[in-house]
Amino acid sequence: MHKRRVIARIDIKNNYAIKGIQLEGLRKVGEPNNLAKAYYEDGIDEIVFMDAVAAYYDRNSLAEIIIKATQDIFVPITVGGGIRTVDDIKKALDSGADKVAINTQAIRTPEFITEASRIFGSQCIVGSVEAKKGSHGWEAYIENGREPTGLDVMAWAKRLEALGAGEIMITAVDRDGTKKGFDIDLASQVEQAIGIPLIVSGGAGKAEDILDLLTETNVEALAVASILHYKVESVSDIKAMLISANCKVRK
Amino acid sequence: MTIPYIAVVDYNLGNVKSMCNAISKVGAEYILTREREVILAADGLILPGVGAFQHGMQQLEALGLVDIISAFTATSKPFLGVCLGMQMLFDESNEHGNCKGLGLIPGHVEKLSVVENKTKLPHVGWNTILSKDNETDRWQDSILKNTEQETDVYFVHSYAANPRDQEDILSITSYNETVFCSSVKKGNIYGCQFHPEKSAESGLKILSEFIALTKNKKGN
Repeated sequence: MHKRRVIARIDIKNNYAIKGIQLEGLRKVGEPNNLAKAYYEDGIDEIVFMDAVAAYYDRNSLAEIIIKATQDIFVPITVGGGIRTVDDIKKALDSGADKVAINTQAIRTPEFITEASRIFGSQCIVGSVEAKKGSHGWEAYIENGREPTGLDVMAWAKRLEALGAGEIMITAVDRDGTKKGFDIDLASQVEQAIGIPLIVSGGAGKAEDILDLLTETNVEALAVASILHYKVESVSDIKAMLISANCKVRK
Repeated sequence: MTIPYIAVVDYNLGNVKSMCNAISKVGAEYILTREREVILAADGLILPGVGAFQHGMQQLEALGLVDIISAFTATSKPFLGVCLGMQMLFDESNEHGNCKGLGLIPGHVEKLSVVENKTKLPHVGWNTILSKDNETDRWQDSILKNTEQETDVYFVHSYAANPRDQEDILSITSYNETVFCSSVKKGNIYGCQFHPEKSAESGLKILSEFIALTKNKKGN
């Protein structure tokens, strides 16, 4: 039986795990490797490290975090934030990452996704989409939800699939860090629009929010941050609750 | 007692660091190599790999690794192909037109069949392995010796192998309505479609059994 995935998302700035609200107003929440290891030992299915500032001068410290993480953590690791070149991807993979999440560079030069998936395989390319609701539906954003692109989220997600992405990660920017629950409408629309797996991120504040997403949509995977970072609930508690509610997740 | 050393085939394909780290974690030494003498002297050999079949075979051929891998498998020391490394053990794949494989296990590789509007491809995530027709004995004296039936392991693939001989199938897995071969064993040659190095403690247990097989210098 195929399982649905619970993924820990750890946003990083200057060697610290941080968390903001709507991707802004960042607060330190811990040391990234300690958090990642604790979530791994408690049964997390995957880990996503996102470079929140994507600053060039700080790239080496992100690589060090990945190198250290992959010595003890034996679940898939995705790295995102500031991935702009084939060389950036190679560095992330050489550090031990399995996948890279790409947003801004995909918007600027969509062919980059095709080139990257041809070189590294589509299984390693996650199309990252930041979504905000406007008067004409969902719009894709870049720069941590600050810069609109004019692209319709559903059309863009489909395009990312056609370009060669192996998965899509969608972040509901207005929900991020608010603990108000996932945006079910957004998740459901994107899931139905694409034929590749979808990871939904942004808004989970309690285990019930995850249950709502999994019961109301066919979404395969979700990313949580605040719940774990602020110790609202542990990975094992979340899994136990989902299993008792008959959700197919890994024990 | 000497620590077993495992050669990991280095042919520029994807993330091999996790595999190397996992080998260290379960108490063996690894060497990432494409050198004939180093590979043939190893206690066990692992062929990792992600991406396209044709590209993988081209790389193996260009680096002269096809013969070296065949020579190693003829020694009866344990060999493990992971993901694309498992698929390439077979005769051929129809990914991007027909492409010849290593031909070490009879059978072919084809795309997972999909249910319209239901099945997402690639098949990504954790899924269950179990023995075929409840023939649980088959797991004894194999890399799945200490693995329980219906263990979850991590997959990421769109193609899967169809072994010609049913007795080569070590485990099966179902994805929506499709049942596919998730691991194989033919003598000392093993293949896993899933990634043991990405399957948490369950995966480390499988790698640990692989290392244990090197200690009696036999794969079966």
